[in-house]
Amino acid sequence: MTSQDNMSEEHLPEAAHGHGGGPVVTKDGHFADPGLPAHEPRRTDIDEKAARRAERQVAMWFLLSMLATVAFIASYVIFKPGPTHHVYVWPIGNVAPLNFALGTTLGVSLFAIGAGAVHWARTLMSDEEHIAERHPIEATPAVREQVFADFRQGAKESGFGRRKLIRNTMIGAMAMVPLSAVVLFRDLGPLPEQKLDTTGWKAGMLLKNINTGEPIKASDVQVGSLTFAMPQDLSEDDEDFQVRIAKDALMLVRLQPGDIKDKKSATWGYQGVLAFSKICTHVGCPISLYEQQTHHVLCPCHQSTFDLSDGARVIFGPAGHALPQLQIGVDNTGNLQALGDFTVPVGPGFWERSE
Amino acid sequence: MSTHEYDSSHEEQIGHSEAGVEQKHLGEKSADWVDGRLGIYNLAKANLRKIFPDHWSFMLGEICLYSFIIIILTGVYLTLFFQPSMGEVVYHGSYVPLQGIKMSEAYKSAIDISFDVRGGLLIRQIHHWAAIVFVAAMLVHMMRVFFTGAFRKPREINWLFGFLLLFLGMFDGFMGYSLPDDLLSGTGIRFMEGAILSMPLVGTYLQMFLYGGQFPGNDIIPRFFTIHVLLIPGIMLGLLVAHLILVFYHKHTQFAGPGRTEKNVVGMPLMPVYMAKAGGFFFLVFGVIAFVSAIASVNPIWAYGPYRPDQVSTDAQPDWYMGFSEGLIRIMPGWEIRAWGHTLELGVFIPLMVFGLMFIVIAIYPFLEGWITGDKREHHILDRPRNAPVRTGLGVAWITEYIILLVGGGNDLFATHLHLSIDAITWACRILFFVGPVAAFMITKRWCMGLQRRDKDKILHGRETGTIKRLPHGEFIEVHAQLPQEELFRLTAHEQQAPTELPPAVDENGVKRKVSRAAKLRAKLSDGYFGPQSQIAKPTVEEHAELTSGHGHH
Repeated sequence: MTSQDNMSEEHLPEAAHGHGGGPVVTKDGHFADPGLPAHEPRRTDIDEKAARRAERQVAMWFLLSMLATVAFIASYVIFKPGPTHHVYVWPIGNVAPLNFALGTTLGVSLFAIGAGAVHWARTLMSDEEHIAERHPIEATPAVREQVFADFRQGAKESGFGRRKLIRNTMIGAMAMVPLSAVVLFRDLGPLPEQKLDTTGWKAGMLLKNINTGEPIKASDVQVGSLTFAMPQDLSEDDEDFQVRIAKDALMLVRLQPGDIKDKKSATWGYQGVLAFSKICTHVGCPISLYEQQTHHVLCPCHQSTFDLSDGARVIFGPAGHALPQLQIGVDNTGNLQALGDFTVPVGPGFWERSE
Repeated sequence: MSTHEYDSSHEEQIGHSEAGVEQKHLGEKSADWVDGRLGIYNLAKANLRKIFPDHWSFMLGEICLYSFIIIILTGVYLTLFFQPSMGEVVYHGSYVPLQGIKMSEAYKSAIDISFDVRGGLLIRQIHHWAAIVFVAAMLVHMMRVFFTGAFRKPREINWLFGFLLLFLGMFDGFMGYSLPDDLLSGTGIRFMEGAILSMPLVGTYLQMFLYGGQFPGNDIIPRFFTIHVLLIPGIMLGLLVAHLILVFYHKHTQFAGPGRTEKNVVGMPLMPVYMAKAGGFFFLVFGVIAFVSAIASVNPIWAYGPYRPDQVSTDAQPDWYMGFSEGLIRIMPGWEIRAWGHTLELGVFIPLMVFGLMFIVIAIYPFLEGWITGDKREHHILDRPRNAPVRTGLGVAWITEYIILLVGGGNDLFATHLHLSIDAITWACRILFFVGPVAAFMITKRWCMGLQRRDKDKILHGRETGTIKRLPHGEFIEVHAQLPQEELFRLTAHEQQAPTELPPAVDENGVKRKVSRAAKLRAKLSDGYFGPQSQIAKPTVEEHAELTSGHGHH
């Protein structure tokens, strides 16, 4: 028979008013604080056998940690580093054995110490709650008065308020001395001047294919393809290659002349071959996704979309203005060449940029 | 032979007992020595058996502390191998796909750490995973403090310390994953260049000074390195120590419950319980992060290749904690003002400002709430989030905004995984940016009110017992049992503030009173926080007595 089966009317909770002991206690119009409940001992508090079992469990954790540390050192010696070694571990997949072995053993050796310590605290250390009093943080009025009196005395003895000449010159000196530190930062970099307005492109400079390093013939640029180019005088071995390619990178497309909506854009190209800056005008990512049918290019970073058939104007996304176009022609051997620098700054907008 | 053995063990025994006596003395003696110079006994008296209350949510701050320590330990190790230089080298190392490729020394040394230093990859991964956990834990810890009102007097300054730690931690994380100079991190540094350039007047100057010239230059990685390993961690260490000192000094907050008051703290002592629990928890956190680093790859820089400004990978994403700034920049329309020979790049500058604003509201909230409530008392008993519906609603609104921006920051991933158009997701995020937080606020506030009603109902009518009783006339009712005294106390322990009332428009002499605009605003906000539409009056003892006086009275 369970207790529920023989539950009579008197034992129903409603009848046993104030379930949990006695009627409701109130104090000053509130439900009274019954105070900290009595401590309930755990099994390990009263059963020495259970306590000894807990002790063994804690020791097992610490022992496991020691074993894992030995395994860590063994792994360090046994497994070879390098990218070529892989083993399949279910269900994770292919792993580098050294990293996997070191990580798991280190993980176990650390976790086991933690688990042992926490288990020790939870089973064997006293779980009796204690009460500590809080003390107000604010000082007593007497202390406060004393501090103010001390301060006034100190201020008076310094004469700081009375000797205004000292006070003012000192404030002046203290305010000026950090200027030296500010000045020292001047040589962190050059002034912007016109640096952002120009690129490395000059009239007569051939366009070089970024992948092959060869000059590009107008006839090499096919409809539907996207070709990346850089100035002929630029080489990957150059000291300033990264700085220059960050501004000079070009993308070339060929459009059917009839598809070009922007007249000026068409005249700046050569027989439908158009050259645009590859650097997005939003925050400078290189644009790399080309949709052949619509002649849209998309920046993979923030999805600014430009219509190359319409002067590379922005048709979607966070970019603020069109991609600059480089005016191109051909030399006498049919190689594409620049007819000058970009007429507007490439890359992200900035305060001094004018169009 | 046997004599010798006996002798040696005998000696050992003597040695042992002597050492035992010595040791006891030695421990006390050295403690006395230190106390004579540092006065540690007074410190220990106050703290050795210091009481800390127990609640699972109080562990969140510990995760922050421990992951920070893990980051420092692993970070020092990494500096032994990492070369923070943009000098160009050609790779001839063990990773075949990169052989013969030009790269910076920074990138090469990061690859070498991953493939040629035994355990280097593990430490790199632990460092990165710990950073991810660190920022996440700080955010969740901050939510705990926010939603329970633990930031109220006297803890506002500690809230600011915590806020600064979150802010600095995020930026140090950004700089950290920028250091390897791989294709992904370089894209992040380029993004930062664009953001700096968008600032009116000073943008180009700041950019030139920070990068030592035009992007990318040769200075940004070594400069980031110094800031990442020295400047910011140094400041953070100071803030962290101050944060912990204040936690000790203020004593920990606790939830309402029997025996717990504003004037005491109930829990277990630092020594031994919390030394074991908290100390053990450090090893648990470290162990889990080490294990994750063994099985889950993070930032596989060898797969990205070295940075080149004209190349990019298609799924460029920052670490998760920078994702919301990515969302801001992605959903913003490309507004730009061009006039008088100048360009104001609003499409980048506005997100930059909103980014700052989202942080500033966190920093000032405790002071704002303090001003609205006008409450000058110390608070050590935590609020249950439901009992502060407006605060809880504001917090959820902020989180909602954050999540919407995270989604916006991954709009390309959502588009490809959910087969939706990227335009649709971007537009949805643009609209939700304004609508989402408002809706979240209203839903949360109502939800809190509903929970308050449920508490009230439980107090007045008791809990459902599951016992069905048939009355003499055939009606079935479910028997309700009154809550135990502890529950009655716990559920009504919170205080309900009345809205601030403006003084009457005319004073006792019949002169029209001047009420400042600030006072009027404050009264309005106070009404918003504590008016009848924002809280359910908690049941009084009288109501309870009235309802429970007669049996069967409903």
